[in-house]
Amino acid sequence: MSFRQITQIAGSALTAQTVRMNTISSNLANAQSASGSDAATYRARKPVFSALSALGGDASQGGVRVQVMDVVQSDEPLRKTYEPGNPLANEQGEVFYPNVNPVAEMTDMLSASRAFETNVEVLGRVKSMQQSLLKLGEG
Amino acid sequence: MGIQFDKAMGVHAETLRLRADRTKILASNLANESTPGYQARDIDFGASLRQSADGAATGLLDSAAPDLLYRVPNHATQDGNTVELGVEQAEFSQNSSDFQASLAFLNMNIKGLAKAIAGQ
Repeated sequence: MSFRQITQIAGSALTAQTVRMNTISSNLANAQSASGSDAATYRARKPVFSALSALGGDASQGGVRVQVMDVVQSDEPLRKTYEPGNPLANEQGEVFYPNVNPVAEMTDMLSASRAFETNVEVLGRVKSMQQSLLKLGEG
Repeated sequence: MGIQFDKAMGVHAETLRLRADRTKILASNLANESTPGYQARDIDFGASLRQSADGAATGLLDSAAPDLLYRVPNHATQDGNTVELGVEQAEFSQNSSDFQASLAFLNMNIKGLAKAIAGQ
């Protein structure tokens, strides 16, 4: 029986979705973090997931974990606004705002929490399967 | 005539093993729900069960790692991921219910055997 592997697979998904949630909350928190130069401005972060079929090195057994390969920064253009009164403004009176799209982040958050819940559900079902298997032949 | 335990358990012991394997595959699909390019896998349960029954008949136990197939998605996605959350959740739920069913049958078999042994 492969219950331990199932737990590892669901656990890896929980970790990955937590990283995703982390980047989303970071993006939303910094959605309005202005800055005086293009380089210093916060850029939206996104995790890159990849399938990791290295459970015992055997992909034919079907166990495929998920891992976070990297967290990449979005290369969408920053929002540049003219705010000469802003203390962060540069010589031209321009202020740079991050390229975070709050609506996209919110929908991504819904998707991430749904995926997280799904994997919690998997863990719960696997646990009850395992427990009823332990009771085999009793009573 | 003695009781042959592995025959008395019937198909359910093997079913249980395959169900657990399939749970792992479906859990992998659910875990990689948002992995770009991941292709959802599944097994043909009936064929796998027949295959492992044939393996047992010819004495080749453990020859039967089930054939992994690819799920055909209902909709194409831009990132090449073929996991559809609803489909996988339904399959997972059905699969674990079937696991419980096999377990119940196995329990009945064991109870029957226990009665036979006790001579009740």
